[in-house]
This record gives sequence, C-alpha cells and structure tokens, in this order.
Amino acid sequence: MSIIETHNLTKKFDKLVAVDKLNLSVNEGEIFGLLGPNGAGKTTTLSMLATLLPPTEGHATVNGFDVKKNSSEVRHCIGFVFQDPSSDDLLTGRENLYLHALMYGVDMKNINKRMDELLELVDLKDRQHERMKKYSGGMRRRLELARGLLHNPKVLFLDEPTLGLDPQTRQHLWTYIKKLSQEKKITIIITTHYMEEADMLCDRIAIIDHGKIAAMDTPEKLKSKLGGDVVRLKVEKPNLKALKSLKFVSSVKQTDGLLTMTVNDSGKHLQEILKKVGSVESVETRKPTLNDVFLHYTGSEIRDEGGEGGYMEHMMASRNR
Amino acid sequence: MGELNGLYALWYREAKVFTREISRMIGSLVQPLMWLVIFGTGLGSALGGNFLGTGGSYQTYIFPGILAMTVLFGSLFFGLYIIMDKRVDFLKEVLVAPLSRTTIFFGKVLGGSTDGVIQIAILMLLGALFFGIHFTFYSLVLSIIIVLILMVSIISLGLTFGAIMSSPEGFGLVITFVIFPLFFLSGALFPVKSLPSWLFAFVAINPVSYAVDALRSTILGIPSSFGLALDFAVLIGFAVAMVIIGTEAFKRMKI
Repeated sequence: MSIIETHNLTKKFDKLVAVDKLNLSVNEGEIFGLLGPNGAGKTTTLSMLATLLPPTEGHATVNGFDVKKNSSEVRHCIGFVFQDPSSDDLLTGRENLYLHALMYGVDMKNINKRMDELLELVDLKDRQHERMKKYSGGMRRRLELARGLLHNPKVLFLDEPTLGLDPQTRQHLWTYIKKLSQEKKITIIITTHYMEEADMLCDRIAIIDHGKIAAMDTPEKLKSKLGGDVVRLKVEKPNLKALKSLKFVSSVKQTDGLLTMTVNDSGKHLQEILKKVGSVESVETRKPTLNDVFLHYTGSEIRDEGGEGGYMEHMMASRNR
Repeated sequence: MGELNGLYALWYREAKVFTREISRMIGSLVQPLMWLVIFGTGLGSALGGNFLGTGGSYQTYIFPGILAMTVLFGSLFFGLYIIMDKRVDFLKEVLVAPLSRTTIFFGKVLGGSTDGVIQIAILMLLGALFFGIHFTFYSLVLSIIIVLILMVSIISLGLTFGAIMSSPEGFGLVITFVIFPLFFLSGALFPVKSLPSWLFAFVAINPVSYAVDALRSTILGIPSSFGLALDFAVLIGFAVAMVIIGTEAFKRMKI
C-alpha cells in the first residue's frame, strides 16, 4: 500500500521550475531516498509534502490526505527533521522534546515515559538536562530525530540528515535510522546527496535531477541495470574499435588515457578485453556503485564538496532551497 | 485542547528562554536607567525642582514616558526577532506543527508580554525606590494594564515586520523610521500642550502618545492631556488593529 502519492507535482518559483511534474509512490514502511545534487528540488519536494509550500500544479497525498486541502490532517501524521538546526539552544534536550509534544498534541499523560523511551533510543539520556548549545552536531541531529518521532508519525521526513557531520557520526546516525525503521515500522523519506548514504539506508531510491526523476528503483536493481561491473583500464593507445566489437562491453568512456566501461561478468571476460585493447598499464574492476548509476542517468557526478561539514556547502545548500 | 497546549508551549519557550537570558534583561534595563539618571538629572537640574508646576522634578516627569519607551523598544525587538528564528529552522518546526497560525501568533504575543511585564515591574520598583515615584494600588494596577495594551500592540507591530522581512538587514530602517519617530513624537520627554500645531499633529496621530499620557496621569496624578477615556479608546483600537494585521501577516508569512 502506498502512503505517499504524487501526481504531476510541480513547484515553480517565478520562472524557475524547481520540481517538474513529479510522480512518486512510496510504500508504507519503506525507507525511500531522494538522491540528487544540491538544488535538484529535493527539499522543495519535501516541503510540499509537509505542507510548508503549496504546489504550483499537480497534487500529492500523504496517508490518504491531500496536502493542499487537508494540510492540518497531513501535519498530524508527519514528522520532520530539518536540514538546519531547529531546536532552541537555550532549552535542554528534554525541554525541546516537551515543547514539541505540546505543540503536536501528544497525549500528555504518558509524555514522560515516551520522552524517556525516545531519549534512550537515541542514546541521549545522560545528556538530556543539558542545554542544546552544548550539544555536538551529531547529538543535535539525534535529538531532533527523537523529536520527530515523539508524536508517533506515520511518515518521517529527513532532510539531509547527515549534512555537515563527520564520517563516524554519520555512520552512527545511519544505525539509528535503520533501527528506527525496523522497530517503529514507520515510513521514512530521506533526501541526500551522499551516495553511500542512499545506498546504505534506502529500500528504494529516486534519482532526481533538475526537478525530475531520472530513475527509481532499489539500489541493487539500479546498479544491476547498468549491466555488469565497472572496469577501468589505463592504456597508452587503446584499440577502441576492437573493444566496442565485444558484445559484453558497453558504455565505453575515455578520459585522459583512462578507459571506463561496463563489462558483463568481468571475471570471465577480462582476459579477452586485455588481449584486444592494447598494452595495458593498470586494471581496476569493481562492482558498480550508486555513483556510477548516477553518472549514467544524469551524465554528471555529484560533487561531494567537502562533505565534512564544509561551511560553504551548508551555505550553498541553504541558498539553493 | 491542541491549540491551547500549543499556546502554552510557545509561552513556555519564551518564558524559559527569558529566565535563562538574565543578562539580556539586565541589559534592557540599562537604557531606560540611563535616560532617567543621566538625561533626567542633566536636563532636570537646569529646569529646577518643580517642573512646570507638576510638583515633581523633570526626572519624575519623564518616568512614565521612559516606561513607554522601554515597552516600545523591547516589544518591537521581540517581534522582529522571529527573523532570527527564520534563519535557523526553528520557525519551520513550529509552522509544521498542527497549530493554526493565529495560535502561533498569540503564543508569541503572550510570551513577549510576560517578559515585558517583568521588565516593567522591575523598573517600577526601581522608580519607587530611587526616583521618588509613589504608587497606589490603583495606579499600579491601571498602569500595568496600560503597559500591557501597549505591549500587545507593539509586539504585534514587530511580528508584522518580522513576518514580512526576510533578513535582519532591515533592522536599522525599522529603528530609524519606526521606533525613533514613535518615541520622540510620543511626548515621553516633553509636555505636548505647548507644542507648535504642526508638531502636535504628529504627536496626536501617534498611538504611543496616548499611552504616555495615560501613564503620566495615572502614575503622577497630573491632569491628562487627551482625557483618559480617549487614551484608552485609542490604545485599545490600536491594539485590536495591530493584532488583526499581525495575524494576517503571520498567515501569509512565507518561509
């Protein structure tokens, strides 16, 4: 059963088409990823689904409610963890949770038990009475994750949940998100421009570029659709003609003496390639990654600028919204 | 119940933050005290002990006006500060909540008024202790009511600006073209009766003038320039108008 459906969902800002006739359907209980570079329209899509932005055209339903007509009902059944910090620095972690519970109409009778349980889940019980300004980036995200779950949402939106976090913290957060999805059985929609993140976390991925969906499937299927392994060869004077005549070789690309190609069953066929292509200096074969998939569908690579909490990246991201 | 809890939540946040930023509150008391101590004493000693036959000093005379000024600056800035909430995603967290924008607006007004009334109460206490102001139960209650009505209006005005503006760069303009005219044209620092008619016209269309007039006549017991009935009518009218404009601006606010 699909919990989110969009039909030709479109958002225009003046002349810029940020989201272009998007058709999505997200199944209940899955982790669904919107993968794309900054400015691809991921956050705009999320904002429309969360009723923060009205769509210009088309419509979308969340848990059966129309985001335009029944925005209040939609807001009751969603949780949102924003890209930028959205908790109050002068309040403690627990106070921020309490505030959220009040605003989201959580049953206040069992609120303390519920807060304990969630703080436990994100390992913040021992820091709950500290003011948020003392929290690290990772702790803050974890608290906001717990907060997003406080009112038992059916769908949880995570907008670039690990943006600006160091690799270790990122890995940590992935574990929490996985755990959440398994224990709470809620649907999670995640936007990211990190390939590994999408690969690690998501049951299904939509590759989104210039406001359009370029491809949508499970990470495995997306990768296997490329038709084999990625082989990279360093060759002085490659015999391209001979190479292209081989039927198990596809999408050959040449960049500064480096040949990149997709090879069906590379273990079996590598020998033959090496024989035909010319004098090879080095060989690299690997399973395709999402990066290759992304390259294939969009024709460009996502530049992972900095990644480690680069301030500029953050600035760019917020400007592109 | 939901909306009421939401209202409480927004108030709770402001109240908590307020108690944790005591330095900000102390800072906000410095400016009015400088007006009273430095300006009040300075000009007061030139004008003599019995200012215009009011029976008190110039310092005493401007005390109610300085209360209104404190409300004006504090409340307008309180409202404008939602721009800071906009810059981080805190405002989004509030706006995604299943609460009506009207509730969010009133939560802000309620929170700001709580902070403001505490500040004013401290100033009044200092006034009674050090500036020779005599409060009766009646004058205390009435002046707090006047302060509250003015506060609600000015916070709403600030929130309206905050909802429209998208960056703090406009703060300077608001200070120059809104706060200062409202303050200087309110009669906080001088009697308005003997003003040339062109200047009086500006004072008369400034709603803050009526708050200053009402506070002065209530606290100092000197005759009101406009009449208390008119003062209250204008103040309440202004508050209602600002609340309506503010809620509308909140409903239309884009993030």
